Amino acid sequence: MSYPDDLRYSKEHEWVRVEDSRATIGITSFAAEELGDIVFVELPEIGADVSQFATFGVVESVKAVSDLYAPVSGTVVEVNEALRDAPELMNSDPFGEGWIARVELSDRGELDTLMDGEAYAAETA
Amino acid sequence: MSDGAGTLLRTPLHERHRELGAKLVPFAGYEMPVQYTSIIEEHRTVRTAVGLFDLSHMGEIEVRGDEAVAFLRYALVSDPGALTIGQAQYSMACQDDGGIIDDLICYRLDDDRFWVVCNASNRAAVMAQLQELLARGDFGATIDDRSERTALVAPQGPNAAALLAELTDLDLDAIGNYRSAPGVVAGVDCLVARTGYTGEDGFELFCDAKRAVAVWRAVSDAGERHGLRPCGLGARDTLRLEAGMPLYGNELTRDTNPFEVNLGRVVKLEKGEFVGRAALQAIQRAGPARKLIGLEMREHAIPRAGYPVRAEGREVGHVTSGTLSPTLGTKIAMALVPAELAGIGNAFEVVVRDRPYRAEQVKLPFYKRPRD
Repeated sequence: MSYPDDLRYSKEHEWVRVEDSRATIGITSFAAEELGDIVFVELPEIGADVSQFATFGVVESVKAVSDLYAPVSGTVVEVNEALRDAPELMNSDPFGEGWIARVELSDRGELDTLMDGEAYAAETA
Repeated sequence: MSDGAGTLLRTPLHERHRELGAKLVPFAGYEMPVQYTSIIEEHRTVRTAVGLFDLSHMGEIEVRGDEAVAFLRYALVSDPGALTIGQAQYSMACQDDGGIIDDLICYRLDDDRFWVVCNASNRAAVMAQLQELLARGDFGATIDDRSERTALVAPQGPNAAALLAELTDLDLDAIGNYRSAPGVVAGVDCLVARTGYTGEDGFELFCDAKRAVAVWRAVSDAGERHGLRPCGLGARDTLRLEAGMPLYGNELTRDTNPFEVNLGRVVKLEKGEFVGRAALQAIQRAGPARKLIGLEMREHAIPRAGYPVRAEGREVGHVTSGTLSPTLGTKIAMALVPAELAGIGNAFEVVVRDRPYRAEQVKLPFYKRPRD
């Protein structure tokens, strides 16, 4: 299994795509596969402050409820409203249409604590 | 992602599951497929075509002897003596206080021979109870735990009968719901039972564990024309929940009695002495304190086992099972609440992550299969 090179990954199976001061966050294909059919997602509120490795939302598959852990700290500026009606996008396109939220980064240094694609592939092997 | 799976038991179909790419999880001491591709797709396959389950983890206990009837009438809450050969009945073993040890199906195979098919998680408890009662009553019967020698392969769904008809000379029309017959399926001796846990028509094929792969392969191959998919325990759980069927450990525990969970009809108080009779008679007379109800969410949150249930702002009970129903698209739950609060249309709230969400009591079952 290989993972996109332009993203950073957390041990909790979230990814981050950084553009300027903003980071888009989602769950990895590995996480989506492990969860199975995703049927519900509780998104963070716009304006909410999230902290690195703290919970910022919930994702539910048919069988299980799992917390979402923010891979970076910041302020939520956008959430993927499409997931409210189509949470299955997190299964079908986890690195694209299935993104969860965008945050204004508060500490870019945190990105250094995340893994690159190769390291994440090794982590999940 | 490994969790001591080395200590888990495996069914004779374990290698097949691996080849099929199943996600295997620990369940009742076994490593079992929870899904092959998608729980939702597997669920829909059982509702519309036919799904194939490996249920070889379940317990099969043979009770045999001149006093097998008398013994089972004493040990179970139902009356197995009322069964004709080939008939089966849903039943339970209860404690002296009426608490449920397990729910099970009792199959009459002959005048003096029965099979008790119980949950894998409770097999040891059922065996212990039967052994103790056998000694206590000095019954002329023997008990044989055949679980590890017996495999169970279950094609379930509207196409199950047409599929099975291609593999056996048995007259399947003569095997009605909750009936069984011995017969040959794909060259293998089986007990063919028209029972299941999905709310659909379907069969359970009990066979020698050594022949399980042959039966599974034959049913899978013939099933291709009938839209068959292998199905895991994940789909089995959502299927039974839509059908309003209780699950041991969720709706049924040693702290619940049959009357609370709408299964009073199974208890035959008039049949004479049996384990739990006095307690169950008292509960029946007084009426159960709690009642198992169906809930449908009126807000966007999925109810799950263990979540608190409120009425008028006060916590009154808990969800025993809940899910997003793949067939209905609604968020459904079963819950235990005080009997006096139960009534179709009544308003409740389910607390999901510390926030109450509105729910309404609806009729059980949530789903009933269309019949011709």
